[in-house]
Amino acid sequence: MEFKVTKKANLLTIILMVVGAVFTITGIVVEMGHDEGHHLMQRISGNLMVNSFFFFAIGLGALFFLALQYATETGWYASVKRVIEALTGYLPFGAAMLAASLLLITLMDGAHIYIWMDPEYTTEGSAHYDAIIDGKSAYLNKVFFWIRTVVYLATYLIFWRGFKKRSMLEDEVGGTDIHFTNYKKGALFLVFFAVFSSTSAWDWIMSVDVHWFSTLFGWYVFAGMWCSTMIVLVMLVLYLKKQGYLPNVNESHIHDIGKWTFATSFLWSYMWFSQFMLIWYANIPEETTYHLMRIENFKFLYFGMFIINFAFPMVLLMSRDAKRHAGILTFVGLLVLAGHWMDVYLMFMAGSMGATAYIGFMELGMMLLVLGFFVRVILTNLTKAPLTVKNHPFLDESIHHDI
Amino acid sequence: MAERVIYAMYDDDDVLKDGAKKLVAKGIKVAEVFSPFAIHGIDPIIGVKNTRLGIMAFLYGITGTMLATVGMRYFMIHDWPMNIGGKPNFTYLDNILAFIPVTFEFTVLCAAHGMAITYLLRNKTLPGMPATNPDPRTTDDRFVMELRTSDNAGFTVEEIESLLKSTGVVEIDQKEVK
Repeated sequence: MEFKVTKKANLLTIILMVVGAVFTITGIVVEMGHDEGHHLMQRISGNLMVNSFFFFAIGLGALFFLALQYATETGWYASVKRVIEALTGYLPFGAAMLAASLLLITLMDGAHIYIWMDPEYTTEGSAHYDAIIDGKSAYLNKVFFWIRTVVYLATYLIFWRGFKKRSMLEDEVGGTDIHFTNYKKGALFLVFFAVFSSTSAWDWIMSVDVHWFSTLFGWYVFAGMWCSTMIVLVMLVLYLKKQGYLPNVNESHIHDIGKWTFATSFLWSYMWFSQFMLIWYANIPEETTYHLMRIENFKFLYFGMFIINFAFPMVLLMSRDAKRHAGILTFVGLLVLAGHWMDVYLMFMAGSMGATAYIGFMELGMMLLVLGFFVRVILTNLTKAPLTVKNHPFLDESIHHDI
Repeated sequence: MAERVIYAMYDDDDVLKDGAKKLVAKGIKVAEVFSPFAIHGIDPIIGVKNTRLGIMAFLYGITGTMLATVGMRYFMIHDWPMNIGGKPNFTYLDNILAFIPVTFEFTVLCAAHGMAITYLLRNKTLPGMPATNPDPRTTDDRFVMELRTSDNAGFTVEEIESLLKSTGVVEIDQKEVK
């Protein structure tokens, strides 16, 4: 069955983008008058990074999830495969937006987001010379940073194209050859992703707090990314189901994606807590800065975000019935998605702007703008391929999925 | 009137499942199925209710959480505060981060043990309990369906047996119970 974007959904995405644009402009005007526009570019670049990374990460999480299903030769997901693929379809847009934001920041010598890009900090004898940042400059310098960024994005996009091409081809030719190619490519992608998910998180996010480091940080970012993806996936499947599409998806599929949402929330909470508790216990000044900054300036948001992302899924999604209930899943999903956006916001903004960061028109505006664009891209992607796969070797298993 | 129990033995779980479906469609109630492993999808056919083990797991888990919290508060805050790495020990809340891993582990311990014991109790398979399966072969490669005449008042034993024979049964046994 072909998916058609309803007029209502079309209008909603346009409203989101228009409201977002108006809010963003209002925010920019407000910020220009504030403190003589001193923080304007920093705040714009920070927000660009937050929103381009957050939505890019959802697309990337979907690509990872798809590769995971290929590598493990999973059967149940065949009925929702096209929905996952539609999510991965945001990757080129997300990657372009992320690259553009990074380019803008690089051209502005870091824009006080990545202060290690600023020669002020790495030139000996200058007023802001920082020996620690200079010591890291073999890894953290513009050229090597861009080499890595291009390699990450290119790898993701190459695999994405391959997966997409083969998925369409499978509909036509059938057989098991494509399945086994996907199996190998999926496993190969996971190998790359295992390294890149960590290093890219260090490069793009951890280097905001340039003095600070945590080996766990990559997995923490990855867990948040995966959780957001599962939430978007479950909400999208519920939406399509409500519109009368996806006849093969039954309660068991919803239950399974609900379980993923529940489990990845725990994964994220586990990572967050592991990082927090070890740093709290060891109490070494150079490690505690990260949490200290966030607790001092954003105590309510920082712990509030943790409680939302951990307690809500735990309490509300624990029972079997809740994971099959569209209303509960959507309610928890929206809350936790907002929580994970807050998580990414605090990663970038608390690290760069510190006490001067706050959520105003610009933050909300850019979030709504990119959200509207994201939803529109996903819905358009859904129209480009039949919603049900043909010839997938496990399609029959997926249709009879029963747990 | 003495009750008769009919044991129908199968050598394939899928044949048993199809047979059970056929019998239930005719209005016969299947009392129990004995199998060396869990037969996926048999529960709704013979009308077994969803397990409540999950609810018990939650209750055992909560018990563990509470025991751990009460215990650690007493040991580490009230009775004998210890200075470990200079961490605050004046109130439980000050030091709650250090207690969370223990609380988590104890929750899992209580939930897992509670569930395992409940499961064994409910199935009457605690060590030393007499076996209730009708034939030792159901622990190996055979599957047995149990039907009771008291559940199926509308059918005679002969009717049930003839129906069973049409479902690919390999052996039929009868027993009289009080």
